[in-house]
Amino acid sequence: MKRFLLRRFLLAILTLFLLTGLVFFATHALPGNVAQKILGPFADKDAVKLLNHQLGTDRPIPRQYVNWLGDTLSGDLGQSLNYDVPVTEKLRPALGYSARLAMLAFFAVLPISLLGGVIAALRKNKVIDKVITVGGLSAAVIPEFVWAVFLILIFGVKLKWLPVSANAPEGSSVVEQYRHLILPAACLVLVLFGYIARITRAGVIEGMDADYTRTALLKGLPRRTVVGKHVLRNALMPTIAVTATQIGYLLGGLVAVERIFNYPGFGQLLLTSVRQRDFPLLQASVLITGVLFVVTTFFADLLYTVLNPRIRQSVIK
Amino acid sequence: MSTQSNSTIVSGDPTISRDQLSVRARAEEEVRAQRKERFALLLRRPSFLIGVLISGFWLACALFGSAIAPQDPAAQDLMAKLQNPTAKHWFGTDNLGRDVLSRVIVGTRVILFVAFGATVIAAIFGTIIGLVAGYFKGMVDEILMRVADVFMSMPTIVFALLITASIKSDSMLVVLFIIAVVFTPIIARTVRASVLGEAELEYVAAARLRTENTQHILFKELLPNILPSLLVEFTVRLGYAIFAIATLSFLGAGAGPDSSDWGTQVANHYAFMNGLNWSATVFPALAIALLAIGVNLIQDGLAEAFER
Repeated sequence: MKRFLLRRFLLAILTLFLLTGLVFFATHALPGNVAQKILGPFADKDAVKLLNHQLGTDRPIPRQYVNWLGDTLSGDLGQSLNYDVPVTEKLRPALGYSARLAMLAFFAVLPISLLGGVIAALRKNKVIDKVITVGGLSAAVIPEFVWAVFLILIFGVKLKWLPVSANAPEGSSVVEQYRHLILPAACLVLVLFGYIARITRAGVIEGMDADYTRTALLKGLPRRTVVGKHVLRNALMPTIAVTATQIGYLLGGLVAVERIFNYPGFGQLLLTSVRQRDFPLLQASVLITGVLFVVTTFFADLLYTVLNPRIRQSVIK
Repeated sequence: MSTQSNSTIVSGDPTISRDQLSVRARAEEEVRAQRKERFALLLRRPSFLIGVLISGFWLACALFGSAIAPQDPAAQDLMAKLQNPTAKHWFGTDNLGRDVLSRVIVGTRVILFVAFGATVIAAIFGTIIGLVAGYFKGMVDEILMRVADVFMSMPTIVFALLITASIKSDSMLVVLFIIAVVFTPIIARTVRASVLGEAELEYVAAARLRTENTQHILFKELLPNILPSLLVEFTVRLGYAIFAIATLSFLGAGAGPDSSDWGTQVANHYAFMNGLNWSATVFPALAIALLAIGVNLIQDGLAEAFER
């Protein structure tokens, strides 16, 4: 068990290390003059040279990588080229906004998918099962921004129930702020639902076939109790673990959702850094995405392994 | 003991090899019959047939786009811009007064070409790498897994954005190439997993005893047997490719701003939905949804038929 966890941990570290290389060398694929970019095209040649020297951008690329890695590890993510402020200063509020949106989507999708999965499992191969599984997976393959178009048109423009922008006006209440996040979160939920519901469904079906379930039913416990207490508890664990692995996905989904709803989150910031070729900001954004992805996947695996006695056993063996 | 049986088989005894041949032929016939049955099963699934129908429709649009389109997709009519559906323009007009129906039809080619191209390239390289890694294990395997880990440690969209920004180019061909690169290790991983299961089976050992060369074992023995799971993986990746390409072009990477590509059309017009001019946004969006669902239904049917 310990060896297994240690191996997973070391692999996660290795992945992150390789990721830093990928991010750094990708952003240095084309030779570019950083100082020239900062000072503008008409800057004095000596000034450009001096600044390049001060920034360290005149050194060989591998050397720059080592320096950059050292800075990054010590928490210095560099200076944004376009905003001329430390990258962290831009990232922190954006991450806060995105976290709020992602959390909302996350806590909405869990109960909805659980309910959908349980209903589908209990009505296995019936019409409602087909609707939930085929419908759910069909919904999952439609990009978030396409869902956004449909939802904005129906609930925002035609019915006027919900705001079409994710930004609440200055000084509005918390409830109002979250009301603005319903449509963006719904786009993420629609893409996540089918996948998670399918895992729950599989867990419940397996649980219904298990010996302990038959025992409980034969003991005379009502079906409702058996499903709620015995079956669901066993199906819950893989569902939570799989949902945790989707946090990384959420980061990708946020880019398009934040763009279409004009939300000042992390995804929007990443997109801006791409457009403006603001490499320090871009490097930091991509790296944060990777770190969050690797860390959440690691803990999801951990959770799954520790919570599931069967896997725990097989790992020990 | 094992050496003894080895020597009998490789000795080239005519009776044994004839026996083996007939056993092989029977086994092959069985596999063929099983495949036929599976296809028959597939064709009885309505969801699969709907998927084929939808995908076939888009394929026709991609192949004969400009011939089918009722109007010139580039013809502007600024007097009639941003109209919702009319008798003349069934899908309305866009912000330059161009016919949305024609643009949706012509735009099919872009997304299908890039998605298909990227997935085919990734499938070819992924299969070769996966076969080698799964069969030889060891170092090749370890390296492959680590590379796949890195590519899977961030969303495809984010990776693609990073690369397009870095190389200062974001044509559709660049997007095609990036998606092919990201998908190759992922497909290789799936192939590898199937090979790990298959390589333990007797027919591989038998081929080895017949002293077949590695190339033969990989491509003539293993490949046909993992083909079903490869096919399923291919359709899964095709779906993801469509998802990613549509999103990237919506975000402004890939097609130029004037392209009839669907994601670009949505990006150019979604701001007008507030003024109730919805058709230039909704129809390309519907096209993306329909194509994604079509491919997904095919994938779902194939997975059901081949992976049980």
